Amino acid sequence: MYPCPRTVAALVLAAAALTGCATQPPPPQPTPPSAAELDAMTQQPEVVAEVPPAPPEPVAPVSPLDDPNSPLYNKVVYFDYDTAEIRPEGVALLRTHAGYIYNTPGVRVTLEGHTDERGTRGYNLALGDRRADAVQRFLVAEGVPADRLARLSYGEERPAEPGSSERAWSLNRRVELVY
Amino acid sequence: MPVKALLMSVLLAAALLAAEAQAKLTIEITGGVEGAQPIAVVPFGNVDGAKPDVDIAAVVAADLARSGKFKPMPRREMLMTPHREQDVDMREWQLLAMNSLVVGEVTPRATGGYDIRYALMDVFSGKTLLADTVTSTTKGLRNAAHRIADAIYEDLTGEPGIFATRIAYVTSRGHRGRVALRVADADGFNAQTIVDSAEPILAPAWSPDGRRLAYVSFEGRQSAIYVQDLASGRRERVASYQGINGSPAFSPDGRRLAMSLSKDGNPDVYVLDLSTRQLTRLTDHYAIDTEPAWSPAGDHLVFTSDRGGKPQIYRVAATGGPAQRVTFQGDYNAAASYSPDGRWLVMVTREGGRFRVVMTDAQGGARRWVSNGSLDESPSFAPNGNMIIYATQNNGRGVLAATPLSSGASHRLSRDAGEVREPAWSPLAR
Repeated sequence: MYPCPRTVAALVLAAAALTGCATQPPPPQPTPPSAAELDAMTQQPEVVAEVPPAPPEPVAPVSPLDDPNSPLYNKVVYFDYDTAEIRPEGVALLRTHAGYIYNTPGVRVTLEGHTDERGTRGYNLALGDRRADAVQRFLVAEGVPADRLARLSYGEERPAEPGSSERAWSLNRRVELVY
Repeated sequence: MPVKALLMSVLLAAALLAAEAQAKLTIEITGGVEGAQPIAVVPFGNVDGAKPDVDIAAVVAADLARSGKFKPMPRREMLMTPHREQDVDMREWQLLAMNSLVVGEVTPRATGGYDIRYALMDVFSGKTLLADTVTSTTKGLRNAAHRIADAIYEDLTGEPGIFATRIAYVTSRGHRGRVALRVADADGFNAQTIVDSAEPILAPAWSPDGRRLAYVSFEGRQSAIYVQDLASGRRERVASYQGINGSPAFSPDGRRLAMSLSKDGNPDVYVLDLSTRQLTRLTDHYAIDTEPAWSPAGDHLVFTSDRGGKPQIYRVAATGGPAQRVTFQGDYNAAASYSPDGRWLVMVTREGGRFRVVMTDAQGGARRWVSNGSLDESPSFAPNGNMIIYATQNNGRGVLAATPLSSGASHRLSRDAGEVREPAWSPLAR
């Protein structure tokens, strides 16, 4: 079974906060610091000291969404040119995500639809929406409550890969599941 | 209030960007001009200690040259530089094979600013065709020069000039860089940022009075259509439904906004009454219906639909009802819009894997190529119908291009520091 996502999120956030404090670079000082700034600097170690020391090994279980060994790590399905038809390899991935969303209360997912750069921007905005809609309908058919899903088409405005090659185009025709 | 706070932050961003916005949209002419009329625009005289910081005659000459219809005489070839009609020795200009001559002078006004008196003369007959005085603030000199060029152009061609108009466009810096909606004078000067965002902005559309812009913005990772007043910077979010909020287009009376929404499942064309906020669904089909554009009379719209399997142009009455297919040539026709007289359509078509701009008559026939790139898009007519502006690629970078329809040889590219795309030409000034 998957862990409760809220706990995971809280632990991940806490870990992020700790890492953030530990690695925070000192502010640049091009001019001699004023008295107030010196006061602030002397107070800084106290602020850090208030935070409990980071555990040597994170005890929090990594979310399967962030675990490269989990099938849920992959959150992108790809499409052929000028179509919103889900490919066979996309079907398998979407079933895995449908199971996770279904079994994880409180999780909400935005389905971001994208296209390659070819064709008009207005049509591509609509095509990205059709792709997001196709994924949404698939997930709902798999049992995911519709109110846990939202769709947002970016059309061709947010390519994953810049450039005008067949490879870039194929990487850009996609729907991203954004948890 | 979160909405107010958002509005404030956007306005602030616009103000901060004003300084950076000095970078202008430079416009180049590539390719020669055939059949252009010779005209001499003599440097204007400065009277009573006038020191205008704009060379009026140079701006007028550059405007006329960009139209593709005129070939202004280089200054170094001018043997005399008269400023008043009575000082003109017309034989000189006849020998220099000029058709027309423009002279003028600038006088300071007691209350600040300038009076610009100018005359357009016919070299063959020696007659004065046009004589007028334009008043201008010190800051408004370029605009005054554009208005003079408009009057000269209209007198000589019988068509309205478009030099005092503006162009809206979208810029971005690098892959996933910041995006800005900008407005520049038609010659690329006075570029100003209207709104700036980390998220995409697209589809700018002018209101018929030239005072407002509608556009799509993804601020806050939501898509919404905004209508923004250019003078005050105030804006309103008029559509933010689930799904797409795309392709806004003002009706010719400025009261309604056509758009594409997918809130009811799939993208369809809707019309929003801007005063009553009543939303009317114009098309209802399981395919994509998008990119609506009004006919100049406002009685119907054309739009892109793939209801036949591939994107084609269809038309529908402004009151709704059945849609009729307009284009039949090619397997990808999209983003159509009308010429100001309603006789022509311009659109993007695909042929042999290339996307180019093509013009057809209002029935979709009599095709004529306008552009020659491979990823050309966002075409629209200039407000006098004499030019088509569109976005194209130059060495992998997005740039704007304008093609005069009278002489196909002339071609203009316009650039900014980053990518430039989605040009939209303002209506005629005033």
